[in-house]
Amino acid sequence: MVLIKSLFRKKPVDLLLLLLTWLSIVLAAAVLMLVVGYVLINGLPHIRPSLFAMQFTTQNQSLFPALVGTLMIVGLSLILAVPLGVFAAIYLVEYAKRGSRFVHIVRLTTETLAGIPSIVYGLFGFIFFGVFLGWGLSLMSGSFTTAIMILPLIMRTTEESLKSVPDTYREGSFGLGAGRLRTVVRIVLPAAMPGILAGIILAIGRIVGETAAIIFTLGNVARMPNSLFDTGRTLSAHMYALANEGTHPGEAHATAAVLLIVVILINALSSRIARLIKSS
Amino acid sequence: MGKRSLVLVIADKEIAAKILFALSASAAILAVGLICVFLFMQGLPAIWNIGIINFLTGTSWRPTWDPPLYGILPMIVGSLYVTAGAILFGVPIGIFAAVFMAKFCPSPVHKILKPAINLLAGIPSVVYGYFGMVVLVPFVRENFGGNGNSILTASILLGMMILPTIITISESAIRAISPEIYEGAIALGASHENASFRVVLPAAKSGVMAAVILGIGRAIGETMAVRMVAGNQAVLRMPHEFLSGARTLTTNVVLELGDAYGGHRAALIATGVVLFVFILLINALFSMLKKKGGA
Repeated sequence: MVLIKSLFRKKPVDLLLLLLTWLSIVLAAAVLMLVVGYVLINGLPHIRPSLFAMQFTTQNQSLFPALVGTLMIVGLSLILAVPLGVFAAIYLVEYAKRGSRFVHIVRLTTETLAGIPSIVYGLFGFIFFGVFLGWGLSLMSGSFTTAIMILPLIMRTTEESLKSVPDTYREGSFGLGAGRLRTVVRIVLPAAMPGILAGIILAIGRIVGETAAIIFTLGNVARMPNSLFDTGRTLSAHMYALANEGTHPGEAHATAAVLLIVVILINALSSRIARLIKSS
Repeated sequence: MGKRSLVLVIADKEIAAKILFALSASAAILAVGLICVFLFMQGLPAIWNIGIINFLTGTSWRPTWDPPLYGILPMIVGSLYVTAGAILFGVPIGIFAAVFMAKFCPSPVHKILKPAINLLAGIPSVVYGYFGMVVLVPFVRENFGGNGNSILTASILLGMMILPTIITISESAIRAISPEIYEGAIALGASHENASFRVVLPAAKSGVMAAVILGIGRAIGETMAVRMVAGNQAVLRMPHEFLSGARTLTTNVVLELGDAYGGHRAALIATGVVLFVFILLINALFSMLKKKGGA
């Protein structure tokens, strides 16, 4: 009642603005519920054990090879990008002089990398790793390409968590006679670990959701890669192929649901870690 | 080991580590360098061969003709249409929702909405595309006509996809405005709505603009979702033909790169170069506005 009365007391312009803000947030929330709801409601009933069979056949469009392909790409890409990104962030936060020209260029290029659309990465990966280096459509081409894509994300999240480690930690360590390297490795890095982890998980989400860069570097063949130079597909690429062929709607629904569940889990994990950091 | 050599070993380690870290930091520079060199090295000669005017203003894309025609004006215009459409749908809703998040939202609701919007940002574009294919395409076909694969459908879908970008960045821009500005307006007798929309939001203008620019970058660079709902005809459309299909710069690459060779492949790389230049300009604008906003 009080709420309704207070609504009537408002000026018409204010009331209109208030209604528009509510309408907008309801629409934004509706978009999420519509997409997630539709995909899950239509997909979950189609998830069957046969979907996880070892082999993909034309009769049984198993998503298992794509799942393994996804894990391989994620693993390889992290092996490449995490050390590089973490080391780079350590340099920027712990070593570099503020405002140096080198730091400026690194920041500029990192921001540029973050803004490049995935199809441009796909194009670059195709002509550089695939054609120029001769790796063709392979795990190598795919993981190097996605590694470049997640590098800015890893660098930024690591930088932020290194910066959030209080300087007293460093001073204490220096005071006890530890060198810079020892301070970074033994004191600062462990304290920053949860933040770095949250960033890595976000990066995993980014790779799992990637399609345009994958299909021109890893390729889109429904089988498990049996070497670093073999082609395969990821879950997203599998989803794309199913949606395009349109001949297996049930499997397409189910694959979309599995992909969405994976992404929701990754998001939940990342925000849980982020909340842990805030509360500690 | 004598004491002196121990000191030396430690110093060596320190220097080696520093060099390793600095080299890692150069990886981003190397990556951008390689991307630029390889795209431009293969794309620019193609543009030169086709003729820059023919390439950018040609209205026919006929890679299989003899001689082939490589005009990308339909794709440039297509990219502009779907991006403008995405802004039309996504920006007003996004900005109002951001004001809600920053100024109207009770804290327990915020705790639910924030991760929800993060999730919206995390949904893969192929899932959005699939949703567009099975829900939005029939919806547009039945309510607006045409076959559903259209500029309008792609615009609605892209509008949904850029929402989280616009909401998140605008919200933090609005929150970065010091509370004194809001309180001052309230003290002068402004209502909460008036203070939020007439005082705080204008103060956060450059941050909100940066959010819109980033949203534009997302929309223009989006590939898979557009590919799945836009119809993809390489035909120059007029604005009133928003119920017909169109092809964008991104989808031109994704549709044909797989089985293109020689001059055709080079023309697709050149398409990528045009897209890349667009994105570089948008990014430059974004970082300029971000610096101005002090965020």
